[in-house]
Amino acid sequence: MSEGPVNSPEIPRLPRVLEPGYNYASVTDKIASIVLTRPVSMGWLAGFSIAFVIMMVLLGSIAWLFIKGVGIWGINIPIGWGFAIVNFVWWIGIGHAGTLISAILFLLNQQWRTSINRFAEAMTLFAVACAAIFPGIHVGRPWMAFYMFPYPSTMGIWPQFRSPLIWDVFAVSTYGTVSALFWFVGLIPDLATLRDRATNKAAQIIYGMLAMGWRGSARHWHRYQSAYLLLAGLATPLVLSVHTVVSFDFAVGIVPGWHTTIFPPYFVAGAIYSGFAMVLTIAIPLRKAYGLEDFITMRHLENMAKVMLATGLIVAYGYFMEFFLALYSGNKFDLFLVEQRLHGPYSHYYFALILCNILTPQLLWIRKVRTNVAALFIMSLVINTGMWLERFVIVVISLTRDFNPGAWGRYQATFWDYSTFIGTLGLFVGLLFLFVRGLPAISIAEMRELVAHKSHEGHE
Amino acid sequence: MDGMSDHEHKHDQDNHPPTAEEREVRGYPLDLAAANAKAASGAGKQYWRSIEELAGDPHFEDLLHREFPRAASEWDESVDRRDFLKLMGASMALAGMAGCGRTPEQTIVPYVKAPDGLILGKPQQYATVMPFGADAVGILVESHEGRPTKIEGNPDHPSSLGATDAITQAAILNLYDPDRAKTPTFVGDIRTWAMFQSAAADLATSQKAVNGAGLRILTGTIASHTFAAQIDYLLKLFPQAKWHQWEPAVSDGAREGAKLAFGRYVNTVCRVEKANVILSLDSDLLGSGPGHIRYAKEFSRRRTLNGPADEMNRIYVVEPTPSVTGSAADHRLPLRASEIELFARAIAAKLGLGGSVELSSKDAEKFAEAVAKDLEKNKGASLVVAGEQQSAEVHALAHAMNAALGNAGATVYYTDPVEANPVNHAESLRELAADIHKGKVDLLLILGGNPVYDAPRDWAFSEFEQKLKKVHTVVHLSSHYNETSEFSHWHIPETHFLETWSDARAYDGTASVIQPLIAPLYQAHSAFEVLAAFTDKPGVTAYDAVREHLKTVLGDGDNERKWRKTLNDGVIAGTALAPLAVSAKFSPASLPPAKTTAKDDLEFIFRPDPTIYDGRFANNGWLQELAKPVTKTTWDNAALVSPATALRLGIGRNIASRGGEHGQVLTSVVNIELSNGKVTAAAWVVPGQADNVVVLPLGYGRKRAGETGTNKGFNAYSVRASTALWTATGGKLSVTSDEYPIACTQYHHNVEGRKIVSSASLEEYKKNPNFAHEKDETPPVGLTLYQNFEELGYYKHYKWAMAIDLTKCNGCSACVVACQSENNIAVVGKDQVMRGREMHWIRIDRYFETGPTQKDEDSEVPALANPPAYFQPVPCQQCENAPCEQVCPVGATVHSAEGLNDMVYNRCIGTRYCSNNCPYKVRRFNFLRFQDWETPSLKLIRNPEVTIRSRGVMEKCTYCVQRINNVRIESEKDNGGIGREIRDGEIVTACEQACPSEAIVFGNANDPNSRVSKLRAQQRNYNMLGELNARPRTTYLGAVRNLNPDLEKA
Repeated sequence: MSEGPVNSPEIPRLPRVLEPGYNYASVTDKIASIVLTRPVSMGWLAGFSIAFVIMMVLLGSIAWLFIKGVGIWGINIPIGWGFAIVNFVWWIGIGHAGTLISAILFLLNQQWRTSINRFAEAMTLFAVACAAIFPGIHVGRPWMAFYMFPYPSTMGIWPQFRSPLIWDVFAVSTYGTVSALFWFVGLIPDLATLRDRATNKAAQIIYGMLAMGWRGSARHWHRYQSAYLLLAGLATPLVLSVHTVVSFDFAVGIVPGWHTTIFPPYFVAGAIYSGFAMVLTIAIPLRKAYGLEDFITMRHLENMAKVMLATGLIVAYGYFMEFFLALYSGNKFDLFLVEQRLHGPYSHYYFALILCNILTPQLLWIRKVRTNVAALFIMSLVINTGMWLERFVIVVISLTRDFNPGAWGRYQATFWDYSTFIGTLGLFVGLLFLFVRGLPAISIAEMRELVAHKSHEGHE
Repeated sequence: MDGMSDHEHKHDQDNHPPTAEEREVRGYPLDLAAANAKAASGAGKQYWRSIEELAGDPHFEDLLHREFPRAASEWDESVDRRDFLKLMGASMALAGMAGCGRTPEQTIVPYVKAPDGLILGKPQQYATVMPFGADAVGILVESHEGRPTKIEGNPDHPSSLGATDAITQAAILNLYDPDRAKTPTFVGDIRTWAMFQSAAADLATSQKAVNGAGLRILTGTIASHTFAAQIDYLLKLFPQAKWHQWEPAVSDGAREGAKLAFGRYVNTVCRVEKANVILSLDSDLLGSGPGHIRYAKEFSRRRTLNGPADEMNRIYVVEPTPSVTGSAADHRLPLRASEIELFARAIAAKLGLGGSVELSSKDAEKFAEAVAKDLEKNKGASLVVAGEQQSAEVHALAHAMNAALGNAGATVYYTDPVEANPVNHAESLRELAADIHKGKVDLLLILGGNPVYDAPRDWAFSEFEQKLKKVHTVVHLSSHYNETSEFSHWHIPETHFLETWSDARAYDGTASVIQPLIAPLYQAHSAFEVLAAFTDKPGVTAYDAVREHLKTVLGDGDNERKWRKTLNDGVIAGTALAPLAVSAKFSPASLPPAKTTAKDDLEFIFRPDPTIYDGRFANNGWLQELAKPVTKTTWDNAALVSPATALRLGIGRNIASRGGEHGQVLTSVVNIELSNGKVTAAAWVVPGQADNVVVLPLGYGRKRAGETGTNKGFNAYSVRASTALWTATGGKLSVTSDEYPIACTQYHHNVEGRKIVSSASLEEYKKNPNFAHEKDETPPVGLTLYQNFEELGYYKHYKWAMAIDLTKCNGCSACVVACQSENNIAVVGKDQVMRGREMHWIRIDRYFETGPTQKDEDSEVPALANPPAYFQPVPCQQCENAPCEQVCPVGATVHSAEGLNDMVYNRCIGTRYCSNNCPYKVRRFNFLRFQDWETPSLKLIRNPEVTIRSRGVMEKCTYCVQRINNVRIESEKDNGGIGREIRDGEIVTACEQACPSEAIVFGNANDPNSRVSKLRAQQRNYNMLGELNARPRTTYLGAVRNLNPDLEKA
């Protein structure tokens, strides 16, 4: 086995998932150094400080919300759900990519997932954390929100299990738990690496405890791999179920624009779409800042762009079916909805949504765009915006004009709506900053495996 | 250790109550001799706060320094001088009371001897009347342990027949208004009633010397004959004194018209139920004015349709701006106020009363032709009514037409005036102003009213407040310290009508006693007492006065028994005024040519506001938040213009994104210059208004109304001249580029072709009795995934249902306020209404019959020139397949065995999912803490049987479940405990109770003989949005209009 760079025979024209020239040690060095040896950079400090301030905005907004009530937001009758639910669905959607990459791509044996799965999973967790804030705080009496849990009440009262909101509680909490578990199990070998390499006593203790006694024996590896595979199998259906259940919040309702059977697949596709967009949004600056271009290669970016293109087309199909079914069924409320989408007071949102989610991603058919980092970054932002708009159009705009024209209304977000939303962005980014400094952003163990694969390939 | 605790310390040691002796030692032995000596020796004026101070008591000095603000001398530096002075002032004031030690008296004892018929926890009802101008509405007031909480109509009273209007419903809030004046004041300083009485005695003495030459009394319209008798008595004592009257929102037209027609003042009483055809000349017969509640009731009874064979009455309304009556009319013609007289003359000419008139427009001509023909056809069974704001000529013409048609004595009769001492109010006030101007007035008693705010602005009345300064003493009696009080010397808080004895006559003269339900909450006094203070019997109470006066009415015999019966019934039977044998001696030909306005000139007309009236209810949150029936705006008035005029003048409006159609509309601000006054107002476009007419609703722009009513809207009185009290021309209106947000609860007026309102003409109904089910897509029962409650054994016993007859509803909104009062519904304020968060459990949607939504404003104009309007009260529909129940995650809205969608407030966590899923959007959410939990007086108004909802909880109509359960309990106790079925009509919901049109019927749908079952069995009965298969228990009966075939458009 040669120690030098390995030139594996690549499939022609397909960029590599790991740039050549790495061995076990250099991979480990490179990734672990970000956590262990690199000094805190000014950039990290500045970025984290800004994110922290925005996190405090979230805290302040929620405090004010608890003092005054949900009336500080723009919701009203008929629009009972506003930014809170839009944000909830958006964040949950973003939280799809991580588990999808880790679990489904793992099961499908897609090697290219290796370098991005760790932070994608972390992103998933943080996105789910951001999402989980909203159902709790958006209710009128958040101190009573525990009524939604099936706890053994002395009054013998249970939640109303026919309500999709209860299904949501289970779907999201299960998804959050399994994602966290999956992420943590994947981290164990790396935590052990960090423990072994840490020079600082405190770090040794903390990483040591988290590593749960990992010694890297063959038996450990054997059990680890079984556990990881099982968890991947467990997480896979959850990726599909969580947004399906979230879509039931709307599909089960009778509001025109909500009451559609296409919602489950369409929501899942949309979630993956936005999730991959968010992975790109994070990966591109990350690889730049920490010089990880060799690990997160063009191949990764391009593959993610392809996934976005595919899911984007499914989403476009969903939009198309909404129109088609209205015309085909002749249901007057659905027809009116289509008319409102195109000509109503909120039509500009709809057109912006079409532009962001359908038209812009078509550029991804072009290879040059797929391999242009800057273009991908911008596109990922556009798609994230578009997916937020999509939820806004579905949740809010459908409610503005439903069945009874005498009760039609409009919605305008208030300062507190925006501050809460932006605050969760701060929370998300702040957690990512902590993650990058505290844990290996790329799986060291898996990268080493990749090196091993490559060297084997080289000798065959 | 300070001076006080020295003594306290000793107490601690002794640890037993001090004996008298000890008190003597430990207290401050007052050196009265020293005090007297000091007082005697003092040179010049001395002010002392207490005898202790006068005596130079060192304890007092010490107390002054120490007692109350223990920290006064060691107060931290940050306190500013003003606060310090305040504190020291309080300290001194309290130091003076050091020896007093009186704690407020509070006695909490159970009823040892309960009042008659009182069962604790059970409300009682007392009959009384609410005086209102030349009318009195008979009411029953619900009282919970001495606390009046709800007003309902008195079925035995002729002007109510059991119903009320919105204002009557809301009047109870005035009683508990926290902004009411609380004590008598003299130039703003607090005085006692005794001080006022002695001041009044002095003033009376000085007036006595000049026979009352400097005494003037100003009142509104007085329908209390006791009070009138008292004024007469005062005028006898002071022969040269004068009584003036000013009622800003009632025109002199009716009085002067009667004079023109009959040569004397008469009161006109209609018998609407006898009329087959009614022509309203700008009269809001069903919505305002004396007797309107009864008229609405009689009117709607003639529109009862049990089947296609039934007949209806027909009403034509000619008016400049849509009123409740106009909106409910079969045929409506928008005409400018000045053209109403021409129109009346045209009809009169066609009825053969002489004169000949050419109407300017073809439409009007055609309309007049058809109306005249219809009136002719129904001689003796038709009715012509002139509007309150119309001129004497129009009233006289109406009298003449009724005489010519043989209606006088049949559908209308005349009596002596109901009001005491009818006068021309404009003249009366002008005379008063002239006298003040000449310096003739020394003492002015303003008993009720607010002339500084509502007197006309021109000539003698300009700056009425300046005039008041010329009067030596102005005594003002009013419930609030208002604009006029500021310019008065004495202000006496006026009692609410639920706090005092009085009497009043109804629209037909029926007398009633006003009995108090509660002692005055504050140091308030009635007009009787104020007036009595100036007579030789200053101690006379209102009770004495009323009983004394009633002796003449009740006659001899067992007076006490009659008195008790009067109080019980709320009406003195047989006191209605007898019809007068007068006949209209009036020929339209004798009239001078009518004044007309050039076609393109703007005409400005004044109207009392539909909710806050002339401004007296400006501080009533219920009325402020009540959407005005036609415009659906709240909390503001606006200069109303027609769509075409708005287009011509460039008055724009934008639906604001906050709140939108259900909340906020930004509308152009206009400057109006009129009658030498100027006002800046928001403009509002009203479909169906006559072109080139600007309506200026009165009652807003109050400067001192209280927290609720101050600085809302614009003050139309500021451009109102005494020469043009109702219709003014020659004004200028300029549109500015500013926008003003109006809180409008329903801006979308088109049903968009949905199954919301079903309507037909009577002819169509006869041809197709099933019109309400045209295009009905209601799926068959059972075609649903929802639980079938019937199979689960629900609805076995009672099955509550409500039917609302859209033929009868005229949008008056009494039900909305009744519901608010019954169910403790919060007022949220303009800002929240603009965000679409008003809390009314029942709302009245108003739709116009136009084509599909017009995108282009230009093409919208003809469609909205005179569209038929429909009103639809929307309470909770209590669906059997309720979409709300399905989605609540915590089971806070659940189905009851009787089919109600119950709200469990303490289970609700406020996800608002139920509201999103409600196709009727009847659910209301406490987005913030809307209920007032602090204001003590508002705690008293609450119905103890209904939970007060706090923030974060969803609420909605419950079909007044508390009333259902009250009746259920009674029915189950009945038959010696065996119980019985609840009878039909036994449960009356608050909305049903208030409805003057009897449009709302509630009952048990399982009982085939109940009224509601019969209505539900009618073919006209339909479900709103039936295709959704929600199976609402609230159903509607299609609106039928009795159209004249001659007028039906091709």
